Amino acid sequence: MQALGPLILSWRSVLAPGIVALTAVVTMLVGSGLSEDESESVGWIALTGLVAAAIASLAASGDHIVTFGGSLIIDDYTAFFYLLIPVCSAVVVLFSFDYVAALGLPATEYYALLLFATTGMMLMAGAGDLIVMFLGLETMSISAYVMAAMAQRDPKSSEAGLKYFLLGAFSTGFLLYGIALLYGATGSIKLEAVAQMVRKHSIALSPFVLLGLGLILVGFGFKVAAAPFHVWTPDAYEGAPTSVTALMAVGIKLGAFAGFIRVLLIYLAPLHAQWSGVLWALAALSMTVGNLAALAQENIKRMLAYSAIAHAGYILVGMTAGRSEVGPALLYYLLGYAFANLGAFAVLVAVEQAQQSGTKLDDLSGLARNHPMLAAAMALFMLSLMGMPPLAGFVGKFYIFSVALESRYVWLVIIATLNSVVSAYYYARVIVAMYMREGAERQAQTRQPTLLFALAVAALATVIIGLLPHPYISASSAAYASAEQVLRPATAALQTK
Amino acid sequence: MPLGIFAFFATLAVISALGVILQRSPVHSLLALIVTLLCVAALMIGLDALAVGLLQAIVYVGAIVVLFLFVIWLLNLERDPEESGRLGIKLLAAVGAAALVGELTAFLTRTHMSQQTVNSDYGSMAQLAGLIFGNYLIAFEVTSLLLLVAVVGVVAVARRWPSPRLANRPPTLSAKPQT
Amino acid sequence: MTPINYYLGLGALLFAIGTVGVLIRRNLIVVFMSIELMLNAVNLTFIALGRAMGSADGQVIVFFVMIVAGVEAAVGLGIILAAFRNRLTVNADEFNLLRW
Repeated sequence: MQALGPLILSWRSVLAPGIVALTAVVTMLVGSGLSEDESESVGWIALTGLVAAAIASLAASGDHIVTFGGSLIIDDYTAFFYLLIPVCSAVVVLFSFDYVAALGLPATEYYALLLFATTGMMLMAGAGDLIVMFLGLETMSISAYVMAAMAQRDPKSSEAGLKYFLLGAFSTGFLLYGIALLYGATGSIKLEAVAQMVRKHSIALSPFVLLGLGLILVGFGFKVAAAPFHVWTPDAYEGAPTSVTALMAVGIKLGAFAGFIRVLLIYLAPLHAQWSGVLWALAALSMTVGNLAALAQENIKRMLAYSAIAHAGYILVGMTAGRSEVGPALLYYLLGYAFANLGAFAVLVAVEQAQQSGTKLDDLSGLARNHPMLAAAMALFMLSLMGMPPLAGFVGKFYIFSVALESRYVWLVIIATLNSVVSAYYYARVIVAMYMREGAERQAQTRQPTLLFALAVAALATVIIGLLPHPYISASSAAYASAEQVLRPATAALQTK
Repeated sequence: MPLGIFAFFATLAVISALGVILQRSPVHSLLALIVTLLCVAALMIGLDALAVGLLQAIVYVGAIVVLFLFVIWLLNLERDPEESGRLGIKLLAAVGAAALVGELTAFLTRTHMSQQTVNSDYGSMAQLAGLIFGNYLIAFEVTSLLLLVAVVGVVAVARRWPSPRLANRPPTLSAKPQT
Repeated sequence: MTPINYYLGLGALLFAIGTVGVLIRRNLIVVFMSIELMLNAVNLTFIALGRAMGSADGQVIVFFVMIVAGVEAAVGLGIILAAFRNRLTVNADEFNLLRW
């Protein structure tokens, strides 16, 4: 056995994901003892666990420490996502309560899988080696496949789950092959060891590393829904139950980007010259394909799917720049993106239930008169996704584009700006439909305190993060800086030479 | 593993792998898959990975393939209908295959990689267990979560709708209940 | 002794065959078998690379990948079963409620 230094077993690195995983088990145990009508109350257990995990994320903050033989990393970057991911899942739980009952989904399994998926996302953010990252990715993806297919009697749902599963499993093969090649080139799957080896020029350009890097980009490209690996996204988003779509659009993206940013921008930073070109193309393609296709959509879930592809493109613009200044911008952007999307899906869930309708654009016509609060909230989220000042979406986009511009990616920023302009059209269409079109008079009103609370959280977050960005930007900077600490000793050593 | 034996298993693996993707009947594909999996297991044992090679035979052939067979019988699938030839997809497949063959040659033209001499306990259960419960402890624990996900997930997705409470609900919220 | 490169080449070839299978076949179960084939090719690659370095890490990783493959098989076949129940087909072309 090789000596990899002492095996640090730290409770701090496993506390938050451990709480979520244990809550999942408790949920299953309690749920199995309840009758079907009562079982919907296990959502409260899930909610409690997620809040506890969000609080426990404090334990993971602090200086960069590698624990469990390199498997998990404790630093502010980990803590940032350990906090953000359970909060997002908790919001999803809040607007799931009545929706799960209305669709007749099996509640116990629903909440257990949601918690397992959350654990997987958190592990991706905290992983210090590629195999834990891979297992975290699988945990979150497999839970999501099942959740997408859960509304069994709706043929669209099982079709969505099927397509999501097949393409997800396909992409897993590529990611794993990439990990294998990187392992072959560097002799380790511990990210730190990989980074040290990659810094040596002779290894950095071996075909193993380049092929491995390419395959890993393909694998992550699938997971973050970047074009041209996005074909599954619209179908999976449209067919899945709306609350699951919210989890896919927010939680899965957060987990995947948390891992992607850490691997690429921090540990594989020496290969920037090799991967930036590929990311440039992925970013440009994702933005263009996402925004142009979104223009033609009549179903809002499908439109939000293409919008998610476009937003993945904006984030990739930042990643292409690859400088350490861009890290905080990416984290801040993810923050704004997460809450605006959560809010938009919460409104859709509310509309579906209140009007017993689908999620077509027509179903939203006249919403301003029937449900003025919902319409106002939806307008807010659309404006934030559009990038309208002073909301979170604007600040994030501006931040990313300005760093990319400083890094002299002028053309990419021009493409991104043009795309932002195009995107205004389809987001505005939603607002126009709600405020300026007459809809059928709808009588049904549902008052759900949990759903309204979820909406309020998302709306407040979208406004506050945009209006008072400084605390959030400094938190993002601190998080990214502590993840970068791993590079410092080596850079210092290079300078002294 | 001597070159001759390697060549035998490698050829058999490639032929049966082609059998998996080219045969019309799913059961025949599955039988070809078994041969491939066993060949790969033999090659693993030839690389001194005795425990993993045996696991490959037991887990894949013993469990996963049986699961496939079970589903094929359950769905009563016989031969596929005529494969609809979509030119775009086929073209894409050809380009992908060409790229992967390119990758293959990149491997083979690389400098010769030799096998190092290893201790007699290389690949033994004891050595693997030392690693699994040492450096890979977290990964091992996560796999237990994965197995739980599988149990819950399969129950959630493959179970028939049990309750009469749901039977008279419309399949989606937008579909009107039948009166 | 067979050079490790030959094993890597075989792994790449099997992976390529699996990929082509996923792309050209329309029967979902055969598509899924091709995915298993890809994962198996990766397993062989891991073992070969681990052997080349004389480290057992590759084998431990394969151990985990096998578990993932098993979980994927169980869940995946469950989803295929659920989809079949709704549509009575396993032909990918007929899953067209959502535009593919």
